[in-house]
Amino acid sequence: MSQQSRPVVIRNGRVIDPSQGVDTFGDVVLVDGVVHGIESLGATQLPDGWSEFDASGMIVAPGFIDLHTHLRTPGQEWKEDPKTASDAAVHGGFTTICAMPNTYPAQDNASVVGELMLRCASESAVRVRPIGAITKERKGDELAPMHELADAGVVGFSDDGDPVMSPHLMRQALNYSTDLDLPIINHAEDRGLVAEWDMNEGVVASHLGLRGIPNSAESMMIARDIELARITIGRLHIPHVSTGESVELIRRAKSESIKVTAEVTPHHLALTERWVYGENGNVPDVLTENAYDTLAKMAPPLRTEKDRQAVIEALVDGTIDAIGTDHAPHAATDKVCTFTEAANGIIGLETALSLACGIAGIDISLAIERLTCGPRTILGDDSIGTLKPGAKADVAIIDLQGDWVVESSTLGSKSHNTPLLGKSVLSRVAATFVGGVKVWDATGDGAKDA
Amino acid sequence: MTLTLTNVSQQDVTAVSADSKHLLDVDSLTPEQIHKLRERASEFRQLRASRPFKSDSLRGGSIYTLFFENSTRTRVSFEHAGKALGADVINIAASTSSVSKGESLLNTVLTLDAMGIDALIVRHPHSGSPHFIARHVDAVVINAGDGAHGHPTQALLDVLTLQDHLGNLQGAKLALVGDILYSRVARSDIIAFRKMGVEISIAGPPTLLPQDWAPGENSLGVPDTEVTVHESVEDAIRDADAIMCLRLQLERQTSGLLPDVNEYSRVWGINAQRLALAKPGAPVMHPGPMNEGLEISTDIAHGSLSLVENQVENGVAMRMAVLEHYCGPTREIL
Repeated sequence: MSQQSRPVVIRNGRVIDPSQGVDTFGDVVLVDGVVHGIESLGATQLPDGWSEFDASGMIVAPGFIDLHTHLRTPGQEWKEDPKTASDAAVHGGFTTICAMPNTYPAQDNASVVGELMLRCASESAVRVRPIGAITKERKGDELAPMHELADAGVVGFSDDGDPVMSPHLMRQALNYSTDLDLPIINHAEDRGLVAEWDMNEGVVASHLGLRGIPNSAESMMIARDIELARITIGRLHIPHVSTGESVELIRRAKSESIKVTAEVTPHHLALTERWVYGENGNVPDVLTENAYDTLAKMAPPLRTEKDRQAVIEALVDGTIDAIGTDHAPHAATDKVCTFTEAANGIIGLETALSLACGIAGIDISLAIERLTCGPRTILGDDSIGTLKPGAKADVAIIDLQGDWVVESSTLGSKSHNTPLLGKSVLSRVAATFVGGVKVWDATGDGAKDA
Repeated sequence: MTLTLTNVSQQDVTAVSADSKHLLDVDSLTPEQIHKLRERASEFRQLRASRPFKSDSLRGGSIYTLFFENSTRTRVSFEHAGKALGADVINIAASTSSVSKGESLLNTVLTLDAMGIDALIVRHPHSGSPHFIARHVDAVVINAGDGAHGHPTQALLDVLTLQDHLGNLQGAKLALVGDILYSRVARSDIIAFRKMGVEISIAGPPTLLPQDWAPGENSLGVPDTEVTVHESVEDAIRDADAIMCLRLQLERQTSGLLPDVNEYSRVWGINAQRLALAKPGAPVMHPGPMNEGLEISTDIAHGSLSLVENQVENGVAMRMAVLEHYCGPTREIL
């Protein structure tokens, strides 16, 4: 990222930059690691030493920002490390990723965060923004040193993977968030209602004899957190919203000017609980050995079609601010087991666009908005997620109709736990630039030196 | 095929080939196949009556039973059935295998598969474990009970037992009473009996029914699973041709799903008074093991209308038919 780059012109693409309300055909010029501007160079001969990328037929957007990446570093590097997470990110058009703190040890003090940032600086091609733990060791017993973590550069606080069950602690965390102006990101799952579960509660769980968790386990926790945000005036960010009831609560809270933001995963936009059947979302009349697909197991679980439509509607109307991948790498052994034994989560960085646009059919302009503007506003960082002159030269180039096969051999992530594995999907990221440097190019001949 | 909005998330049920190598659940069997298994089991039952009966139809075959849960009748009847057909039957209890050293389920079954076995009969506390195993082994997988999901040979022997008693299952009304939510017998029985044209009435504590069910018509979201849920056990039993009393899993009380076992007995237990609501002579079945005096009163459990011992006897015969079909050279009998 620090390497000095030659100026680059990304030619002839459809440039979509929601931060400026831009949707136009043009050339994006990157100089000295920052955006120079969006221009119409036509056939102009480029100066010596410049390089160009032909984006004809493609969409040129600000690099995506993921609010929700599990980096697995330190402590679980066999699942993912900064280099492989970075590879996965650039394959998916992400140029900034926010690292969730459920590591071993947890990101609950400045030295752990500092160590991670040092590693990322040398191993990651993308910008990594750390998220600090809300509580010490993520145990939910006492607050982590939030000011110390903020000084160390965290962009928010979360015990993600586990909820803050104590309303008292959650209230204090939200109180601190007002001073720090950083969001509290609570994993909304009321473990008091259901302690152990396998999938969404409903007809599929009943059929398969799996233990279900109802929508209310999520919405009860969100309702509590919204009330706590109301009395603290704190900043609440709700990760991976999965139910229609949750959406209603957030919509109402926003209408009451409570400081709440929300994100949805690409898989909750695209897939339903029926993917547990292992038949591409269809219901088989006879269960085959494909059933109980552990690659469709995550927290929160895939929900019903009604919920899927509700989160799409919320993404469209702005109730949900951002698409966050919840990129959750797991080793093969964590998924090659019974459904009940299997770990929660799927990788998400490389398939985000294909799930959101290719499968869920989200309009590309909206998807870009929720992958750039939405997250940058939550992060409060004007230098990323935009192609305004002077912004970081982070760019994603999208081939919306391009199909690709999700294969172990080509995934950048160290883990391959996605229900799309082996399947052909639409919408690929053709190239990615970070700080004006091309870090991913799937076009093969896309880069031409002037 | 590229996955797009048009071919994902469809609401339709898709047909999948029912000709399965494995017996993961009864859903893979057609009514005709169930009939043929039933007829074959009847033959075996008669042959067994003239002891000693020993066939060599599975001679040289090796059948492993791999049980991760305790069992008396299922494991023993599979062993009995396999030996009666001449197969070598080897029993593995998870508690005495390398599972107790932490070996994963995958590596356990791969190890057994590498020994060149013909069939793996599996009981496991996790729903879908036979499906998982079937993805990874060459051997035929027979489900001997997986979590709360299925228990296909139990359902088949229940069909055999009730058909023998009633003579005809088409249009018969079966009351299924008790813990449906956690019962693998209930799920497989629902599918098997629906395939046989049986109407199913259900009653049980609301905490032990699927949470998406309400009084009235319900299903498991796929064909052959339609049931009627009643608000009281009396309503479910009234005019029934037969009653299937499910086992109350006593650990449900400690997990807060039942206030009191005595209350369960009072509200949902099968006793003479309730049985009198059914059609005259309607039999009572129970998959065992029974909690006598709880879900079923002792006089009913051992009375003239009880089919419990028939179920056990039919268990061996039906498992012979199943093993012959799935493991034997005479697979074409179906």
